[in-house]
Amino acid sequence: MMEEVKEVTSTLSVHGHNIKVTEVLKDGDTLTFLIVSQKLSGTGEHHVDRTYDDFEWLQQLLFSQEDEPGIQGVIFPSLPAKASANPSAKVMKQLGFLGLGEWQLYCKVLERYLRQVAAHSILSKNKAVEIFLTSSEPPGRQRARKNLFNRLSQAVEERRKEGYKRFLDVVQSEQKIAVACAHFSASLHLCVEPGEDPDKQAFSKACVQLSEVFDSIKKNMTSVAENDMNTLGLGLDLESRCQEAEKEMLFRRTCKLVELEAARRNAEKAKPLKKAAMEEAKKTAEIEFNDICVVAKQEVHRFRAARVKMLQHTLVQWCEKQLLTAKESADQFNQQLQAFRGIAP
Amino acid sequence: MLLVKNTLNPRSKGNEDEVVLHSLFTVFQLDEEGGEEEQEDEFEISISVKDPEKIGGLHPTNDVNVFQTQLAMFRNKTFTVRRRFSDFLGLYEKLSEKHGPNGFIVPPPPEKSILGMTKVKVGKEDSSSADFVERRRAALERYLQRVVNHPSLLQDPDVREFLEREELPRAVGTQALSGAGFLKMINKATDAVSKMTIKMNESDVWFEEKLQEVESADQQFRKLHTLVESLVVHRKELSLNTASFAKSTAMLGSAEDNTALSRALSQLAEVEDKMEQLHQEQAANDTFSFAELIADYVRLLGAVRGSFDHRMKAWQRWQDAQAALQKKRETEAKLLWANKPDKLQLAKEEIAEWEVKVTQYERDFDKVSATVRKEVNRFDKEKAKNFKREIINYLECHLQSQQQLIKYWEAFLPEAKAIA
Repeated sequence: MMEEVKEVTSTLSVHGHNIKVTEVLKDGDTLTFLIVSQKLSGTGEHHVDRTYDDFEWLQQLLFSQEDEPGIQGVIFPSLPAKASANPSAKVMKQLGFLGLGEWQLYCKVLERYLRQVAAHSILSKNKAVEIFLTSSEPPGRQRARKNLFNRLSQAVEERRKEGYKRFLDVVQSEQKIAVACAHFSASLHLCVEPGEDPDKQAFSKACVQLSEVFDSIKKNMTSVAENDMNTLGLGLDLESRCQEAEKEMLFRRTCKLVELEAARRNAEKAKPLKKAAMEEAKKTAEIEFNDICVVAKQEVHRFRAARVKMLQHTLVQWCEKQLLTAKESADQFNQQLQAFRGIAP
Repeated sequence: MLLVKNTLNPRSKGNEDEVVLHSLFTVFQLDEEGGEEEQEDEFEISISVKDPEKIGGLHPTNDVNVFQTQLAMFRNKTFTVRRRFSDFLGLYEKLSEKHGPNGFIVPPPPEKSILGMTKVKVGKEDSSSADFVERRRAALERYLQRVVNHPSLLQDPDVREFLEREELPRAVGTQALSGAGFLKMINKATDAVSKMTIKMNESDVWFEEKLQEVESADQQFRKLHTLVESLVVHRKELSLNTASFAKSTAMLGSAEDNTALSRALSQLAEVEDKMEQLHQEQAANDTFSFAELIADYVRLLGAVRGSFDHRMKAWQRWQDAQAALQKKRETEAKLLWANKPDKLQLAKEEIAEWEVKVTQYERDFDKVSATVRKEVNRFDKEKAKNFKREIINYLECHLQSQQQLIKYWEAFLPEAKAIA
């Protein structure tokens, strides 16, 4: 256990853009993630292992940087829902795309979170980030404080847009088709009829070849589903949490505005005894609100640009991968068709 | 009205045999281009069954759907007749009664479907009833094509009447042929035969082996059918989900402020729409190339088992006659010993009768056995050909889909790259 963090700000000693979450290990019900980062000095790497709770620790500390002016105007990178080694059906639903594969997407999301934090001009200065990425011991477990930053509840899947859910359905259908093809392919092998009879042999050969065809179809569908998950699925997932994060920030700003209005009214109505104090409070509130607005404006600008870039990247990747898969599959089918035509009638 | 030509056995060019079947017929021939397979049959008939039309009020108690068949003959002479579904069933009844006992494999028609037909009668216009109508139309077409492809069945006057006559008298007694009813009938026949305590002394081991093959094929095909149907369901699901996704993407696109992103999202919606179309076609392909084909073969295998049963019955009849003859001979012996001359005469006459019967039934049994053997060999040949053809069709369609898909992705890529 580390001692209480005294100094809050510092500069990060590792590169932010190539932080990697390389592996996930299962220990009973807990998942442990291996994180690798490159030292700025170029002298090597840091390897640390962290659990989800450690990520939450980091998030909490980032939220609680109260001395940082305008901190409430920051659009915080968001964490996915907590995953366990044997997730319940409810958790799987919450995870959406992230629960579909073998945690590769989940790792990617955590990786992205860390990269965003490390790249953020304000957040990266928090010492907690340095500790998280470089300390060989697990960071402390600070109890989650209820504050405005914790509004992001677990009911994420209800707030997801239709597009996300529909695409999830699409991917799941694709996976089902792959399974059905595998069963059909296996069953065809059982139809093979022994014997010298040329018709029997022709039929058996047709069954075997058809079985191979359906095996290819299964492989194709599996690839298509994977491509969908890894590119557009991941993109939609990030996008949905990003939008939530932006909303959260705007909400905080609104709350601050409400406070400010209250402070102004108080200052107006104040009796002469209290007037000076109220004026002081009003000025503080005004400064705080302005700070938030300054940060918020920058953040929204940066954010929107990043969002467009990410979606573009996602769509291009998705398209390229699917195109490649389709071409491979077409080649394969063509070969099989030629082989079929070659069987004696 | 959709015209789907169901041509079989394309001929290689230059082989124009003429066959005169009866004084009633002229020449059946079909000129087809690009045949790859050799043509063994000397004639071809092409059947196509068109979409049904409803003729309301004419026959309120029976099917009100009417089908047209088109017979393509030499020099493109075609003719069309209207038939009700019950007419098809009636044809099967007649053929099965006449030719079944001789060991012929009479192709079975598609089953009655109470649910499907009710929807159609009631006028419910949805995708599942349209699907049902199309499946039935195609199944009837295949059924009729099989009947006319069979050289012996084609010569049956009932078949010709079915194809040519303007109005057919209403077929009766087709109630038994609902889907469940048909299967029950087949199973009952098979059970009855297997219950026969006298085990057939199978001199020809070919029949025993074949029957086993047929039974195991029956099991396999039923399993395959279930699996394919499941595949079709999932493909349809994918199609629906893709359509939903396309819709919501379109909405996202229109709600988006950033113009570049908005345009990309609408294009994405369009791509997904096209894909939905492809998925639907794929589902139809799966359905028709496989699900329906396999269902046909499940029914056909039932008919094959039926022919084995008929052979068994013929054998039984011969055995029973032999037993009866034996009894008569014993009676004769007894009468000889008891010395009753007039009864003896009667006995001798009966023996002669039964000797004739025994010879006749043995000959019948041999004939039926020969027919069954020939039919089964023909069935195997047809099966191999049919499957190969359908598989090639399927692969060609599938390949086309993939190539279309490639085009769609290639069109979308520059749009995605252009987002700024």
